[in-house]
Amino acid sequence: MSAMTVPATLDVSQTATVPFGRLVRVELRKLADTRAGRWLLIAIAALTLLVLIIQLSVVLGQDLHPKYIDFLQGMNTPMGVLLPVLGVMSVTSEWSQRTAMVTFTLEPSRVRVIAAKFVSILLISVLALIVGVLLGALGNVLYGVFSGNTVVWGSAGKYAVYYLLLYVFGMATGFAFGALFLNSPAGIVIYFVYSFVLPTIFGIAAALMNWFESLQPWIDFNFSQSGLIDATIAGRDWAELAVSGVIWLVIPLAIGVWRIRRAEVK
Amino acid sequence: MITVEGLTRAYGSFIAVNDISFECKPGTVTGFLGPNGAGKTTTMRVMVGLTPATHGDVRIGGLHYADIPNPGLHVGVLLDASAQHAGRTGREVLELGARTMGLPSSRVDEMLDLVSLDRREAKRRVRNYSLGMRQRLGIAHALLGDPSVLILDEPANGLDPAGIRWMRGLLKGYADQGGTVFLSSHLLHEVEQIADEMILIGNGRIVARGTRDELLLNATGGVHTTLVTALDNQLLGAALTDKGMVFHPAGGGLRVTAEPVDVGRVAAEKQIVLTDLRAGNEGGLEDLFLELTADTQRDVLPNEAPSDEVPA
Repeated sequence: MSAMTVPATLDVSQTATVPFGRLVRVELRKLADTRAGRWLLIAIAALTLLVLIIQLSVVLGQDLHPKYIDFLQGMNTPMGVLLPVLGVMSVTSEWSQRTAMVTFTLEPSRVRVIAAKFVSILLISVLALIVGVLLGALGNVLYGVFSGNTVVWGSAGKYAVYYLLLYVFGMATGFAFGALFLNSPAGIVIYFVYSFVLPTIFGIAAALMNWFESLQPWIDFNFSQSGLIDATIAGRDWAELAVSGVIWLVIPLAIGVWRIRRAEVK
Repeated sequence: MITVEGLTRAYGSFIAVNDISFECKPGTVTGFLGPNGAGKTTTMRVMVGLTPATHGDVRIGGLHYADIPNPGLHVGVLLDASAQHAGRTGREVLELGARTMGLPSSRVDEMLDLVSLDRREAKRRVRNYSLGMRQRLGIAHALLGDPSVLILDEPANGLDPAGIRWMRGLLKGYADQGGTVFLSSHLLHEVEQIADEMILIGNGRIVARGTRDELLLNATGGVHTTLVTALDNQLLGAALTDKGMVFHPAGGGLRVTAEPVDVGRVAAEKQIVLTDLRAGNEGGLEDLFLELTADTQRDVLPNEAPSDEVPA
């Protein structure tokens, strides 16, 4: 190649756009290639296991009669708290560490990058579900072995679907808050306010005001998800879940994506 | 290869970049010079689509950056060497880039070798890197996809003198192979030796542009000056006066308002032995740079006369 023969245009005819699958794989890798990310994943798995062990020793010690869904419910606590943190950080770490500058120069379509990130956390949700379902089954089997009681499985397939939805909602809501605030501490704190403080306030308001009690399921996403946790969701509950989900998940996510598209990346 | 047309970027009433236009040609290095806050980084950020332009247009090889598929393979970008996840290893930073572009891991090793980061250093986290090492990592990242255009913001920042010389050689070689290099700096000496063309920016406006020689000539208002020292300066002075040339004593010699060739001719005619003869506006570029960008300088410069000393 010599300076004389080089045209002043880029020949991009042989270059394909970065495939979406590759973007997803890169985003998955980013979740685990830093110490913070790796330890968060390890912590989620370890805490889930720890909760299962405690639950198992309690039910055996107190001669309780748990069913499979009780083990799934027990593990939902650590998963439900920590998966959303991962969701928040999968977006915000690009901003706090300023790597968005590099990410968006390698793939200028920000929507594609955000979509790849979203798919990567959905895949993590599926992974979490597999871990949860298997650990729950292990807990249930061990309970049967140690107690000698009959093991109750219930509708295991339905539970798996419900818990997948729970993990996806948790992570996606965290992701949406992350996209909305583009700042790790703010995203995490607001998420915890939403998931721990707000339900209490809504609960008090519902107890004091009759009209609010009937409104609450429609606007309280945490409340409307409770039917998934104990697998009692039915009929109108689904509509409430959808409406409250639009308020707390879809709208923040839409605003967040709109913000990222327009944001000046510094 | 890079075409900037009427680019303006405003932040409210503050205009960071004010209607600038220029072009970078293949096979050349274009230096983008200006003091801190002159608008260099904003211009580069607009080029790669990180900041939207308020007015104007930037095209790279005829395309908007956002329309270049897999842009890492065409345009190497280094905007801020510190904009890397502190918790990632240097190797991992390159690995992520290589994977996004669809390149094999062997390319990462090649780049580490190219920028002289050894395997042990590459395993360390970026948090523990010196600015110079981050800069090398950033250059490695920009070169990963073997692009034909390089956009580098302050690439020499933090490099030691040997590193600066290394980078100069690297970029020069890159341009000699037909690449287009656009790099910014706030330090004249980093750029003047490699840049085929320089663009001086101050307060968001282009204040001067051209090759080094063109800028030098402009620096003295189109007037050539020569620094000359003879064994007998008085004799030389008399000869110059005979020819109608104006001169002033300068250090151990004379500063003559003429081209070196004419001064040398006078000396040859009169058989005057010269010990030193050279173009006298070398310092002019720096003066020009400071003068043109004076409005945006943060430090007030003492209003001194150009240095007249002739180094021994």
